[in-house]
Amino acid sequence: MTHDVTHHIPEPMLADYAAGRLGHAFSVATAAHVSLCDECRARLAAHEAAGGAVLETLPPEPVSDELMARVMARLDDPAAAPPEPPRPSGIYPGPVMAALGGRPPRWRSMGAGIRQAMLHAGPDGSLRLLYIPPGRAVPDHGHKGRELTLVLQGAFHDETGRFGVGDVEYADESLEHTPVADEGAPCICLAATDAPLRFRGLIPRALQPIFRI
Amino acid sequence: MSETGDALSEQTRLLIAVRDRRDRQAFAALFAHYAPRLKAMLRRGGMANAQAEEVVQEAMLAVWRKAAQFDPARASASAWIYRIARNRQIDMFRREGRPVPDELAEELAHDPDAADALALDQETRRLRDALGALPPAQREMIERAYLGELSHGEIAAVTGLPLGTIKSRIRLALTRLRHELKDLRRP
Ligand SMILES: [Zn+2]
Repeated sequence: MTHDVTHHIPEPMLADYAAGRLGHAFSVATAAHVSLCDECRARLAAHEAAGGAVLETLPPEPVSDELMARVMARLDDPAAAPPEPPRPSGIYPGPVMAALGGRPPRWRSMGAGIRQAMLHAGPDGSLRLLYIPPGRAVPDHGHKGRELTLVLQGAFHDETGRFGVGDVEYADESLEHTPVADEGAPCICLAATDAPLRFRGLIPRALQPIFRI
Repeated sequence: MSETGDALSEQTRLLIAVRDRRDRQAFAALFAHYAPRLKAMLRRGGMANAQAEEVVQEAMLAVWRKAAQFDPARASASAWIYRIARNRQIDMFRREGRPVPDELAEELAHDPDAADALALDQETRRLRDALGALPPAQREMIERAYLGELSHGEIAAVTGLPLGTIKSRIRLALTRLRHELKDLRRP
């Protein structure tokens, strides 16, 4: 599946994903974007080529004698095979379906027609789906850390541009913006952060723990 | 066996033999080549000896099981095994497992055009040469990034982006790969 993607994953984030250094929330958003974007699929492959080149030139470290025999003996053991990753479904790429546990999102109302579904909340950040009715603004917010937002349905725009299906908006602490959903279909986004958001409007700070935002 | 001529690298040919013929001897040769390198990579990333061997074991098993997905026009053997190893490593140590991008349409997975595989192989070789030609300090930084010792952000902070030649190499590989991917698009 490919779209007219114009906003991509930042280079350092893609490289960190390739090297296995990216936290879970950003990894889901990155893998989901790559599922929708040939450009980033190629860029990721290039980083993996670089990783492979480093691997190839590394001074080998001997492995214990029985390791190869152990692996050879298990080659055709079907019980040892890990499960296949979930397939995409509807607007949700495979990595998002995996984060959803294969089930439809469990939306919770945040007021003003906006809904969210938490997919992951951990020390390395949080991951959620956002549902924004047409023409509605997401509460004005700044960021303590980094935020990556991937559009899965509809579109939104803010001070920095317009974001359609497959586009990602990367925001760091310097960006204060007000995303507004386009007219037409409701906008559904996947939002990954590595720090709690500081909401300004709509939901008082005291209520934030309840909504886990 | 040619590392400089117009043949595919030995590792890529071995992996194709595993993919197409389930060739155990070829797999054993791949194991002998990559297991000690994967172990070195994981140890550099801070992993203890026994743990590193456990990941090597799981990674090499995944190489055998997933060989059908290997497409030499889109990845060299080393790049593909690098990815497989990272996937298994994170699956084993992160509760949520590793999110991986959806595969491209399956019927397109085996591109019969050997020229594409050859071109990618050569690009990979050039990338490796470029890596080897870097001043030691820069090369060390690149290695630390892809071995998982430092994030790319941390590297940029320390050195102010030393990625010059490598970046242009990646860009070349990229152009090549992007061209490949255009042909692979779903109808
Ligand atoms: Zn992209």
